[in-house]
Amino acid sequence: MSILITPATKILIQGITGEFGARHTRLSLDYGTQVVAGVTPGKGGQWFEHGTHRVPIFNSVADAARATGATVSAIFVPPPFAADAILEGADAGLELAVAITEGIPIRDMVRVKRAMQGGSTRLVGPNCPGLVTPGTGKDSFGGCRIGIAPGYIHKKGHVGVVSRSGTLTYEAVYQLTVKNIGQSTCVGIGGDPVNGTSHLDVIKLFNADPETHGMILIGEIGGTAEVEAARWIKANCQKPVAGFIAGATAPAGRRMGHAGAIVGGEEDTAAAKIAVFRECGIEVAATPSDLADALLRAAKARGVTLS
Amino acid sequence: MNIHEYQAKALFEKFGVPVPRGAAATSAAELDTALASLPEGPTMVKSQIHAGGRGKGTFTDGFKGGVKFCKTKADAREIAGKMLNNTLVTIQTGPAGRKVQTIYFTVASEIKKEYYLAILLDRATSRPVIVASTEGGVEIEKVAHDTPEKITKVFVDPAYGLADFQVRELVASLGFAGAEAKNAAKLIRNLYTCYWETDAAMVEVNPLITTPAGEVLALDAKVSFDDNALFRHPELVALRDLNEEDPKEIEASKYSLSYIALDGNIACLVNGAGLAMSTMDIIKHYGGTPANFLDVGGGASKDQVIAAFKIILGDPNVKGILVNIFGGIMDCNVIATGIVAAVKEVGLSLPLVVRLEGNNVAAGKATLAASGLALVSGDTMADAAQKIVKLVA
Repeated sequence: MSILITPATKILIQGITGEFGARHTRLSLDYGTQVVAGVTPGKGGQWFEHGTHRVPIFNSVADAARATGATVSAIFVPPPFAADAILEGADAGLELAVAITEGIPIRDMVRVKRAMQGGSTRLVGPNCPGLVTPGTGKDSFGGCRIGIAPGYIHKKGHVGVVSRSGTLTYEAVYQLTVKNIGQSTCVGIGGDPVNGTSHLDVIKLFNADPETHGMILIGEIGGTAEVEAARWIKANCQKPVAGFIAGATAPAGRRMGHAGAIVGGEEDTAAAKIAVFRECGIEVAATPSDLADALLRAAKARGVTLS
Repeated sequence: MNIHEYQAKALFEKFGVPVPRGAAATSAAELDTALASLPEGPTMVKSQIHAGGRGKGTFTDGFKGGVKFCKTKADAREIAGKMLNNTLVTIQTGPAGRKVQTIYFTVASEIKKEYYLAILLDRATSRPVIVASTEGGVEIEKVAHDTPEKITKVFVDPAYGLADFQVRELVASLGFAGAEAKNAAKLIRNLYTCYWETDAAMVEVNPLITTPAGEVLALDAKVSFDDNALFRHPELVALRDLNEEDPKEIEASKYSLSYIALDGNIACLVNGAGLAMSTMDIIKHYGGTPANFLDVGGGASKDQVIAAFKIILGDPNVKGILVNIFGGIMDCNVIATGIVAAVKEVGLSLPLVVRLEGNNVAAGKATLAASGLALVSGDTMADAAQKIVKLVA
């Protein structure tokens, strides 16, 4: 199994006709993902064509979901319109909305998060690489790829990966795959200070998933979400967990690329988070090159088989 | 994006947040006209730079204090003359300091008591939080650490906005009564509107003061905006002061590169913010010091790589370069071709270690090897970091 998405999940793409959305729709189709609909207001009735694939385009998410049975959306809509796109997905009753868009105003996300509170739609992102549940084919073909991650570096298996950063996630996944350790699902929750799904939300899902045997938790400076996840792991999780925090050398008060990666107080530094990881029994990777090995150490200590 | 105190106060006035009367000047002639617009009497002279600790700062010519109280306007004129175009060093500027290009004069207010007031995003709740304290004019971090009971926090529900009962709670926590309470309530409400309407990242008033006449005033003002929201506030973008930014960072932003200068000697060029941060970390881990944060983003085109190399080499401290690219979707060979072209164009003579991984990596490595350039290939991040640290040692 996996979390949040399976190879059978039907997805729709909001912003399918934009350059960015179109490019990654093609890559997802090539990966074998069930992309069943696209949404671009004003272009309903047209088709998105790629090789032998013909994906119908709708004017609204509600129309697309009703006609195709799509339950998950990938959002590639430009920042000024992205908040509206997320709310439209929630209003249509989707199970999951994945906002890839980078650069959404924080005030918009504050309002969106409040509006979605208590609703049935889960938001992942924004400013995230999305999710991958690898398939069983060559280079993990046949999986569900939502967003912009490279599908081929994955391998179907039993490790869950959750991270705020895109390329750092790929780094971890690639190391695992090279060592012949597969993944159940990889989730990029995004680098913004206000996001839909937290590290802890994903950790809870991995913990409840019998097919996930171990986890990699990758965080950054800024905020206290990783600390919250670590404390929960200590109290509730028996599975091996490896962790890494980026930004140990980042100066205070400077935003490091991600809007959320900024050190403000005493407890959101890399050193503080790493100390909490250790205290909570998480095997800390000294460098990103050590991520897969750190998980192997944690698994060995708990007598857990990862592959 | 940060703005100066005088700009923040003009914004406050627009939203009905009372501030002391003031006038800004950027030249000797303007110092006179600015002062002429203010009444005779005690005057504050305030250096305008985007850094804290101005009052305790020292100018590079030895003159002490970037914020001064003067009994008369004549004194203020003399002091301002010493500050203007002088370089101020504070705990936040670094040893190079900042050139003071604007002076702000304000009428010196009679202070009855000082308070603290700020509005910013609370990440844990994803809501705006208003932070208030009876301990104003001091470092709020110290108050939060030593006497947390003296800090009141109110979390605003974005669906409803700031509620009246919350304003009353804040006013009561600061101990206001009578006319002061009424004035403070109005100020807090207007400050929240200012924060919300301008897409501010933070508004901070330290100190907020009361005067013997019962006024409540923002004596200082620190405002920063959410960069992601600037597209809908052209009037705020106009307040950007490029003099306050690193020229290399400005140049980088033209090529959609995210660059931040640091004080080490190993430059890095990376795709992705998380990977870029951890590349700096791994350099430090193996005993080196990073010269910068540089995220070329997901694209990393040839033009971007050339621009990135030029920016990196503009830093005289740089003794070596580490390129760390995980080409997930993009073709590593395209990146390798870009690196080779960039190195040839800028005539690089420093040690260069390149770590490429991902899509079509074999072709990328072959391109680097066939280029005839004296670059070193790294297999993993750890391997590459160790190699560059050794080469610059």
